[in-house]
Amino acid sequence: MIIKTNKTIPASEITDPLIFSQRRKIIKALLAGTLLPSAIGNVSGKTNKSKWPDIIKNENSIDSEILTPVNLVKNYTNYYEFSFNKEDSTELAQNLKTDNWTIEMAGEIEKPGHYQLEDILKQQQLQEFVYRFRCVEAWSMVIPWVGFPLADLIKTLKPLSTAKFVKFTSIYQPDIMPKQRINAMLEWPYTEALRIDEAVHPLTVMAVGMYGDVLPKQNGAALRLVVPWKYGFKSIKAVVKIEFLKKAPLTTWHAYAPMEYGFYANVNPAVPHPRWSQFSERQLASGYFTPRRQTELFNGYAEHVASLYSNMDLQHFY
Amino acid sequence: MLMRINNAWIVISIGCLIPLFWLLLDIVSDNLGSNPIQAIHIRLGDWSLRFLCLTLAVTPIQTMTKWKGMSDYRQMLGLYAFFYATLHLLGYLFIDHAGVWQVIGIDIFESPYIWFGVVSYTIVFLLAITSPKYAKKQLGKNWKKLHRFIYYSAVAAVIHYLWQLKGNLFQPLFYLTIIIFLLGFRVLVWLKNRQLSKLMVPKGRLVTLDDND
Repeated sequence: MIIKTNKTIPASEITDPLIFSQRRKIIKALLAGTLLPSAIGNVSGKTNKSKWPDIIKNENSIDSEILTPVNLVKNYTNYYEFSFNKEDSTELAQNLKTDNWTIEMAGEIEKPGHYQLEDILKQQQLQEFVYRFRCVEAWSMVIPWVGFPLADLIKTLKPLSTAKFVKFTSIYQPDIMPKQRINAMLEWPYTEALRIDEAVHPLTVMAVGMYGDVLPKQNGAALRLVVPWKYGFKSIKAVVKIEFLKKAPLTTWHAYAPMEYGFYANVNPAVPHPRWSQFSERQLASGYFTPRRQTELFNGYAEHVASLYSNMDLQHFY
Repeated sequence: MLMRINNAWIVISIGCLIPLFWLLLDIVSDNLGSNPIQAIHIRLGDWSLRFLCLTLAVTPIQTMTKWKGMSDYRQMLGLYAFFYATLHLLGYLFIDHAGVWQVIGIDIFESPYIWFGVVSYTIVFLLAITSPKYAKKQLGKNWKKLHRFIYYSAVAAVIHYLWQLKGNLFQPLFYLTIIIFLLGFRVLVWLKNRQLSKLMVPKGRLVTLDDND
């Protein structure tokens, strides 16, 4: 039997983040001497399947490429609710409460309501999806997500024929998320959206884990979206609300800079960001003096998703 | 004034190399985070901008403190700005792009923020190659005109920095503030000198901006 105790930690016992990071640096520096050869270069991330031992690999997983080492993925997240600095977000996100995660389903569906993540997971067969992840900032990773196709969840909610778009909303916890507290930069909470056909595409995944383990808080726990053919900002973290809408909603980055971040945000090397090229990308964990990877249309998933956009001018609908 | 090679000169020139040694130490100890190539790039860019600001600060500090010794080191600080900017450029071309010229060409063409980096570096490069005494003599009066372009270089460097960010502009705006302050100081001195010479006040002491080297 597991007895859960709700101990509160007095403020005096919480390590000052600065001291914490200094300690980490010292430990890192000490370890660097002994672990250096393994810490540099293309070391494939070993999947530690402690949480889900019998998980099956989804057929759309890529296997030609090596995984990005997990420690790099855990320390390189754009989580602007916490910090504009990727490394700082890792530490600050640990304050997030992810127990008893609830998702509100609303809008054009037959079964709206508040759903416990636990209950959703009971109905879903978890799989591993090894996907490329391409950020709009022109860096990329290869990540083994653990999750289920969003389509399988949508089926259980019985969408009406009027449901044309799916809107996702991230968690709003201003007491824990410093940039929400001071209303910095973006409109909070963070929102994203997909067209319904994009949302039910078999590549679109709701993830609860990565590298065989539970999703780290900085990587979007408890539940996040993964859309591998779009720029990373579409793959919204910490989803607490999913709405089915008749019309396209205004999403966070698109509202912030509509000329720079389109609604579609499909990875496309032929459409540069207004201020920088999207022709190539820096793959994390590649060594010094290694050429950048040439970015592929739809991030290499064109054969799966190009038909969704067959009649669209991708220069215009960027 | 002749450049004297004394203890202070040696200490300062070695001091200017500390950021480089610090970076090398971080590289060998794998202390640059998940994207070390970008981290190197940012670090070198930061230091070239810092040395540019330091170079620009020499004359204002000297005027305010009446301490003449600093101008001896202005050339050296400027050359270190050029040194770090050169490493920044080489890092972009060879560490990040591994000398793949076709991709580099597309990257520069499609990235307006890089154009400002190119402008900034071109100016610093011209100033560095005209830095020796021989070049200064050859250029005569034009030397000073040319070397005032350092302000354009600094402003272009800040735009280069600012324009690539998604929104958090604190750092580039910090440098921009410093540059505006330094440039504002020069404008004030210029205005004051003009006023003084117009009034022809006999006792009016001209605040000098002349280089003492």
